[in-house]
Amino acid sequence: MRGIEITITVLILSAIFGYLFAFIAGLCRLSTNPILRGFTSFYVEIFRGTSLIVQLFWLYYAIPMLFGIDLGSNLLAGVLAISLNYGAYMSEIVRGSILAVSKGQSEAATALNMSRFQRMRLVIFPQAVRMMLPEFGNYLIQMLKATSLVSLIGMHDILYHGNILRSSDLSAAPTVYLLILVFYFIMALPLIFLTRKGEAISKKGVASQ
Amino acid sequence: MSESVVTKEHSQDTQTENKDVIVSYKNITKSFGDVEVLKGINLDIKPAEKVALIGPSGSGKTTIIRMLMTLEQPTSGEIIVDGKNLWHMEKNGDLVPANEKHLREVRGDIGMVFQHFNLFPHMTILENCMTAPIHVQKEDKASAKERSIEMLKKVGLGDKLDNYPSQLSGGQKQRVAMARALVMRPKIMLFDEVTSALDPELVGEVLEVIRDIAKEGEMAMVLVTHEMEFALDIADRVIFLDNGVIAEEGTPSEVLEHSDNERLQQFLHRFRS
Amino acid sequence: MNWRWDMFFEALPYVLQGIGVTIGLTFACYLFALIVGFGWTFLRRIPNKTINWIITWIMEFIRSTPPLVQLFFIFFAWPMVPYVGVTLSPFASAVLGLGIHFSTYIGEVYRSGIEGVEKGQWEASRALNFSTTQKWTKIILPQAIPPTIPMLGNYLIIMFKEVPLAATIGVVGILHMAESFGSVNFRYLEAYTIVALIFLALSYPSAILINKLERKMNRRFDKKAALNSMNESKGAVS
Repeated sequence: MRGIEITITVLILSAIFGYLFAFIAGLCRLSTNPILRGFTSFYVEIFRGTSLIVQLFWLYYAIPMLFGIDLGSNLLAGVLAISLNYGAYMSEIVRGSILAVSKGQSEAATALNMSRFQRMRLVIFPQAVRMMLPEFGNYLIQMLKATSLVSLIGMHDILYHGNILRSSDLSAAPTVYLLILVFYFIMALPLIFLTRKGEAISKKGVASQ
Repeated sequence: MSESVVTKEHSQDTQTENKDVIVSYKNITKSFGDVEVLKGINLDIKPAEKVALIGPSGSGKTTIIRMLMTLEQPTSGEIIVDGKNLWHMEKNGDLVPANEKHLREVRGDIGMVFQHFNLFPHMTILENCMTAPIHVQKEDKASAKERSIEMLKKVGLGDKLDNYPSQLSGGQKQRVAMARALVMRPKIMLFDEVTSALDPELVGEVLEVIRDIAKEGEMAMVLVTHEMEFALDIADRVIFLDNGVIAEEGTPSEVLEHSDNERLQQFLHRFRS
Repeated sequence: MNWRWDMFFEALPYVLQGIGVTIGLTFACYLFALIVGFGWTFLRRIPNKTINWIITWIMEFIRSTPPLVQLFFIFFAWPMVPYVGVTLSPFASAVLGLGIHFSTYIGEVYRSGIEGVEKGQWEASRALNFSTTQKWTKIILPQAIPPTIPMLGNYLIIMFKEVPLAATIGVVGILHMAESFGSVNFRYLEAYTIVALIFLALSYPSAILINKLERKMNRRFDKKAALNSMNESKGAVS
């Protein structure tokens, strides 16, 4: 089956940028600066409030029209849509996990005379990341599923090739789509086990209230 | 913050004070919302002095030491630590509320042990002790490790170095917490009801460690405690806090055995029965 | 900037024609998922390890493969399957596809609700000699259902945001209307923006409502259920 490399490329890029956006937005929403907080809340609510497929079409068809700039490629539009969307969802996980580390941890760090940055880096963050792991794993599977949407903006992923096959031989449709589903499942399997591992890790080594 | 700005004259006055005082609370008040928890506390602590703070819950005793640890900001008044103003700093000749940098400079001599231990669950016992010396005091790793091991041995946990906090009993956790604070070589140690969260049979081992530390003598210690016998035993001075003011203070025997303060008698009665 | 208000106002009524279908499809899919979800929960309670294992992995399969491909399978491939194949309308295909996809999530919500009922309650109903039906209708379900309501509400919103996928198999909801407006007028910008605004206008207030409901519930029920609901509401599914 062709197109797998496209699916995987989109997944990896989306995951990297998705986590990046999640951390940036999650930390910004905890900032004391009201402008920064307001701006990131706006981003998070917009992307959580609308559909991924709408965002994808908007980025691909509408943005070039609005600003007269071309995003260059459908890869960029696809990765941007998926990572901005899931980044918004995951930023809530980042924020929630940091807030869930008990206040006593930060107080103990203060009592050891750590600076604000050291408290975050040495004490709060390592614990919060452990809490984020299972959810991050779940969202990785969601992102894998979401990569199937890029076929709609003309990327040649597995689904795109499947559609081509189907249109050349209608009776092959059951085999083709079943195969595609199985392919996605095989790609998801390691992620499913990774998520379970993450759950095990997160169960120990965290002080939450 | 603005209400706690004080005049410069007042502060210089405090700088030139008696070298025999390491911590000085000057007219400290603290309100949470509309509730005034502390209504003007004046308290001097001498180097190496052991002070026990007792009083009913809600009397503000924990707030007193939390303000010294910079976990709580006073509403008004000043705290002087080793000649330095804790919550205020000088800027262009004015006293302004302290920033993080100033707080870090002054609170470096203070250590604290908490009621709920607050060990770092993602670090081993040894790492719990080593982290701050390495990152905060910039000590080299080998010597921080060596001192941490030594300190953990001293509190009787030399065989648990690589365990995680979740694998220890409450009493053991609290001993680690003490070792963690002691490795920083504070001049002042604060104990916030350190035995309150422990099962009764584990209280003894923790008090034993505190007693050992107290005997070594060079640190000032402030203990918020409900262990009256223990306070009687190790404290140089006992302070009874009631309704946000110091209602009685003196040597342990004066306060715990010979005071005729009615509220204090009621309070003690509840503990002895 | 290349925004045209005249296009915006021309596209608005056109796109809005699809809103009935979008909302109708949302509820149809949701209802279907609620019912099938019960089936999963029931199947997973069969006390047989092999069956349990098989059901768990079937659910995992449905859940971790893209709903878009599932839609294509039902719409394009199902009619071609020998003997059992039937041709379904786009709307029915969407109800089936999205409904089944989300039923696996809904089934987990039910399960968390049932498992959230304390062990003592089961023992008490046994001690009081209730029949199986009485045990479920009088003791377990009345306690299991309320804590799941906010989670189920979340899934309604998530479902609403997934429904535009159906445009790809020709369901004429708002996204499909926007697409056809765009292709006729060569103006996608305003039409897609309208779609985004409609989603925002409907899902944002609902999310706030659900959030309020959740907080109210948390106050009424024990904290454990509240924690579960936090872990379970997984956000978007695509």
